[in-house]
Amino acid sequence: MSLTHYLTVSAVLFAISVVGIVINRKNVITLLMCIELMLLAVNTNFIAFSRYLDDSVGQVFVFFILTVAAAEAAIGLAILVVLFRTHRAIDVEQLEELKG
Amino acid sequence: MSTLLASLTAPTISHDFWPLLPELFLLTAASILLIVDVFSTDIDRKLSYNLAQLILISTGVIVLFQFPTSQDFLYHRHFINDPLSATIKVSVIVLASISLMFARPYILQRKILRGEYYLLHLFAVLGMMVLVSGASLLSLYLGLELMSLCLYALVAMRRREKLSAEAAVKYFVMGAIASGFILYGISFVYGVTGKIHLADIAAYLTENEASLTLRFALVFLVTGLAFKFGAVPFQMWVPDVYHGAPTSTTVFLASAPKVAAFGLAIRILVFGFAGILADWQSLLMILAVLSMLVGNLVALAQTNIKRLLAYSAIAHMGYFLLGLIAGNSEGYSASFFYILTYAITSLGGFGCLIYLAKGQQEINQIDDLKGLGMRNPWAGLLISFLFLSMAGLPPFVGFWAKLEVIKAVLNSGHIWLAIIAAAMSIIGLFYYLKVVKVIFFDKPEIENPIRAERSLRLGLGITGIAVAVLGLFPAQLMDLCQKVFQYI
Repeated sequence: MSLTHYLTVSAVLFAISVVGIVINRKNVITLLMCIELMLLAVNTNFIAFSRYLDDSVGQVFVFFILTVAAAEAAIGLAILVVLFRTHRAIDVEQLEELKG
Repeated sequence: MSTLLASLTAPTISHDFWPLLPELFLLTAASILLIVDVFSTDIDRKLSYNLAQLILISTGVIVLFQFPTSQDFLYHRHFINDPLSATIKVSVIVLASISLMFARPYILQRKILRGEYYLLHLFAVLGMMVLVSGASLLSLYLGLELMSLCLYALVAMRRREKLSAEAAVKYFVMGAIASGFILYGISFVYGVTGKIHLADIAAYLTENEASLTLRFALVFLVTGLAFKFGAVPFQMWVPDVYHGAPTSTTVFLASAPKVAAFGLAIRILVFGFAGILADWQSLLMILAVLSMLVGNLVALAQTNIKRLLAYSAIAHMGYFLLGLIAGNSEGYSASFFYILTYAITSLGGFGCLIYLAKGQQEINQIDDLKGLGMRNPWAGLLISFLFLSMAGLPPFVGFWAKLEVIKAVLNSGHIWLAIIAAAMSIIGLFYYLKVVKVIFFDKPEIENPIRAERSLRLGLGITGIAVAVLGLFPAQLMDLCQKVFQYI
């Protein structure tokens, strides 16, 4: 498998996550999953490049991204809990009070 | 792996933590405050507030005390210590300290009485300090995330409020997408150049022709930056978040992070990608023109004062980008001047909304300001000063800021941009003057005078005086803004 294969996979993952965020009208948890997927696409990219360049910096970068992604997921889920307590639902469609 | 091990054991590793002292101090002190806050029985969290202010001021003093006179790359070149980073650090600390002054009475009345509120400010400031000192894409990313994560939590801090939760979700999702875009861009930069240090990327670009992939990566980086700035077409979160967040958070959100984001843009675009200036210039031109158009025109239709200020913030981001588009140190210093003065003005603007909020009530509509000039002439005058400064009328500081950025784009030969900017600021004048008219020429609906806490009045006094004094004597600040860019 060449570098291009890996890059294609990660580009597809990235596209899926962006499309998922844009067209998802249902559930905020799906949004969080899409955000995680986006970071995983980036990680795939970094690992592929790191292997291709034979350079360890990319792998170290991935560790940092994984850590930050965990923190980000924690904050995201906390906000989700706040949202559920105030709205009694986690539908994206209910997020419509702020507009104009 | 062997290169990593070699670099870890190499004798060149720097053990001098002196230049990192402000960050280390802030981190340690904030962690101690976290523990103090847990064991504090003080229901008002007065101790936490006072300590948070003390920590901020001490950090600022440390930064000033070791103000660098040269540009140094430290800690395996992941950290840069130069006058630009120190200046941004000091301004971010001052802005955070004043916004805490505004926040204190607001959260006292609304029972957001948690020590975490102050702690999140401290950690956000730490993130901004790391961000503006980042000399590699890794440290820039980590600083950016530390700042953003704290801000997401701050927006959600008013937990029983529907609007606050909704704003937090929107801000979080948009911010996470922005980070994802920046990271995707970074991964391609790494793939093409094999480097993550800004200096190495700049060196790569002077030796090699930029490939299509690198330009592709640049588009992702600029898109992420535009998200963070709230420039059109990535502005959709700005009005919602400004409106839905507690006003005390909006005060912070509208000031310090903008200055830090300026640092991020300078580091990436100027320190890293100066070699393909023409590419990011044309991207920023689209963002700037759209921001000025959409921000000013949509602001005309707003009746909610917080949304009006949000759209005006979008328009201001457009003007601010003009300086970067100029692509020389004159333009960058004009942009820096713009963003600093804008941060002070918007700090004061949202501070006034806190000042006017009565008890649990909020100031939301422009009509709520009716007759303020009669109820409280000083407050009315102060708000008018701030709005006129945002509109760019002399003798206030906003005028000099606009003048400088427009001069910078004119000198770099983009006459059409300068014409659009001037035309749009005339349109902008309309909605700023509408607010001033409501304040002075409409009959008040309630007559009772406004009483506010001392810290609030102090904060407002500082921003009001800063706007007026900087408007009359802008030369010193402008000199400083030019000096910090002497290394470019």
